[in-house]
Amino acid sequence: MLAALGITSVDALFADIPDALRATPLDLPPPEPELQLAARLRGLAARNRTDLVSFLGAGVYRHWSPPAVDQLLLRGEWYTAYTPYQPEISQGTLQSIYEYESLMAELVAMDVVSASHYDGAAATAEAALMTCRATRRERVLISRGVHPHYRETTATYMAGGLELEEIPLVLEGDAAGTTDLAALEAMLADTERPVAGVIAANPDFLGLLEPMPRMAELAHAAGALFVAVIEPVSLAVLAPPGEYGADIAAGEGQPLGIAPQYGGPYLGILASTDALVRQIPGRLVGMTTDLDGQRAFVMTMRAREQDIRRDKAASNICTNQALLALAASIYLAIIGPHGLRDVAANGAARAAELEAALADIGVERLHPGAYLNEFAIRVADAPVVHRRLLDRGVLAGLVLAEAMPDEPSVADGLLVCATEVTTSEDVARFAEVLAEVLAGRPPVAVEAGAGGMR
Amino acid sequence: MTVPTDLRYTRDHEWVRLDGEEAVVGITQYAADQLGDIVFVELPDAGKAVEASRPFGVVESVKAVSDLFAPLTGEVVATNDALAGGPELVNSDPYGEGWMVRLRLADPADLDDLLDAAAYDALVAAG
Repeated sequence: MLAALGITSVDALFADIPDALRATPLDLPPPEPELQLAARLRGLAARNRTDLVSFLGAGVYRHWSPPAVDQLLLRGEWYTAYTPYQPEISQGTLQSIYEYESLMAELVAMDVVSASHYDGAAATAEAALMTCRATRRERVLISRGVHPHYRETTATYMAGGLELEEIPLVLEGDAAGTTDLAALEAMLADTERPVAGVIAANPDFLGLLEPMPRMAELAHAAGALFVAVIEPVSLAVLAPPGEYGADIAAGEGQPLGIAPQYGGPYLGILASTDALVRQIPGRLVGMTTDLDGQRAFVMTMRAREQDIRRDKAASNICTNQALLALAASIYLAIIGPHGLRDVAANGAARAAELEAALADIGVERLHPGAYLNEFAIRVADAPVVHRRLLDRGVLAGLVLAEAMPDEPSVADGLLVCATEVTTSEDVARFAEVLAEVLAGRPPVAVEAGAGGMR
Repeated sequence: MTVPTDLRYTRDHEWVRLDGEEAVVGITQYAADQLGDIVFVELPDAGKAVEASRPFGVVESVKAVSDLFAPLTGEVVATNDALAGGPELVNSDPYGEGWMVRLRLADPADLDDLLDAAAYDALVAAG
């Protein structure tokens, strides 16, 4: 086989993987009896902190999920069902995908939704590639307001021939923390290097609302497509991407009935206009009637996909997160449109309460712009304060200096978030503990020394 | 199987009609029948250079996707916009309304390298 491939060793197959990422022999302890092992694992699990009052969001959000969601997911019909390759025999699976696509299309107000992608980052990266295929251009602009992990993933997908450039954020004034429209305009004006797509998030990574209609206009005027990175719950109260001219919407489906769980598995939402239907990777399911005139579900436009089109597939890094798409569908079906509005509105109300409580102790927002349920606060020595709050049982969101080390304008920031599960007691507790920490904080040098002993 | 005698053909089942220094290109009835119902044709933009035997587009049917290979070297001067809304024209009228691209040939003499109707007929008959 090696000869057929024109190589001399198996190692050559892995030449593209950097050495640092290669698997090395695992240094495992000797086997243990099951009882002993279970005790050890319980001990490890007990190190997880589940007692914290949390204000962490930053792309993954805590929400109440009706118990029926998880209970229904446990049914064997779903649990064992991968997307079938002889699909029409599995009408139930196809119906679940069809319903996911229909629900999501309504939420984003776009024509086509594919089922589905690994996570919001992968969906965003696929959106970037779609813009290049559709416009036959090779340069994509992504706002620094897009989640840093999404930007990294997109850069990885585009490595090897395509160009990804970051649009800076406005540094001061009313629009601070949102995409710099003047910079975007200047980048689009470089006609020597025409732009395939412009990518921006609403709300952006810092929680701020972006001028999405204006960015869509600017992109289209330059012949580029506009990609909106969305958070699905927010669309119950914010304008959906279909309303402001987005050609593609991408986002993380986790807030829809999927528990925050380490890095996943999550759910990448990807939607587009009808004009891009042949560029969108992933399963598309349609409803039709069979020969007997009965309702039937079919997998459609499969020729774009990797099992048929091989190296010319719309994507070869694509899988349907069927079970998680189903979770999102069940969640939306149970919560309903009014319920989802309540979820979004309650989160916004709790966040406003949080802002007010923090202002009362003299802690201000980092940016003046409008937000929905997440915002950055200005705290000197944010990493130290964050750690001291953690010691007191409060997870004070995300240290922006760590999440965006290349964005000095947010170096003093903590990104905090509230949802409908945040209580007034949580908010009061956060403000109280933060006030204590800020009042009693010893000089930084001492703190740094103490930190070393931890 | 009878194929139009005024056209030239490739082994990849494209046909070529010479029109001055330009050539109109499509796929043959045999190719269209083999692919089945054609649902999408992806064509290059006007101005794009194509090279003989290299892929220049894609034709997609309900059951397969195939590359379109340029029969001759040249530059695309026009594409059949009607196929965007009516890809079934390739099935119904492959040598007429189902045409795909019009090329300005680098060297019209290259046409002599292609098969004539009899040779193409024989190729198809041989399966």
